[in-house]
Amino acid sequence: MQLARVIGTVVATVKNESLEGRKLLVVQTLNKDLEPSGKPIVAVDSVGAGVGELVFWCRGKEASFPFKREDTPTDCTIIGIVDSNAHVTQG
Amino acid sequence: MLLAKVLGNIVATQKNHRYQNASVMLCQQITPEGEETAYTVLALNAVDAGVGDTVLIVQEGWSASTAATGKSGAAIDSAIVGVVDRIDLLEDE
Repeated sequence: MQLARVIGTVVATVKNESLEGRKLLVVQTLNKDLEPSGKPIVAVDSVGAGVGELVFWCRGKEASFPFKREDTPTDCTIIGIVDSNAHVTQG
Repeated sequence: MLLAKVLGNIVATQKNHRYQNASVMLCQQITPEGEETAYTVLALNAVDAGVGDTVLIVQEGWSASTAATGKSGAAIDSAIVGVVDRIDLLEDE
């Protein structure tokens, strides 16, 4: 799981039917100092996240577990919203 | 499994209900020599590891979910499953 900032949304009218109704968000992964790390990726939302929020995402097959249909084709899902930047503590 | 250092924790009120009571720790992967790498990862705490500890992180869903929540099938890909006491390496020749 990694920290990320939601930086945009994706609209895709034609998609796999088990992705219908799902929100697709563009997320930028962050490092421990909340600085961007790597390229932005697209994640499916499972917790009601919005643009600008600090979130964390899960990779791999487990990314489909929040959804009732476990065949939901996703390898990256937002599974938590961090309360604020101040809620990432170090030391 | 990854070797990592626990840097701190994350407070997230809104998260997947399957691990509502678990704590999410901010960790940085380290080399066996103890140097930090660029890879930051969040992991559920299955062993009560604390800030500053060197830990073992499992990055596989079934194991992570079972260790951290007691059941498989939660949306987790990383869990702290051990606190490292020490690492013995062959000395460089």
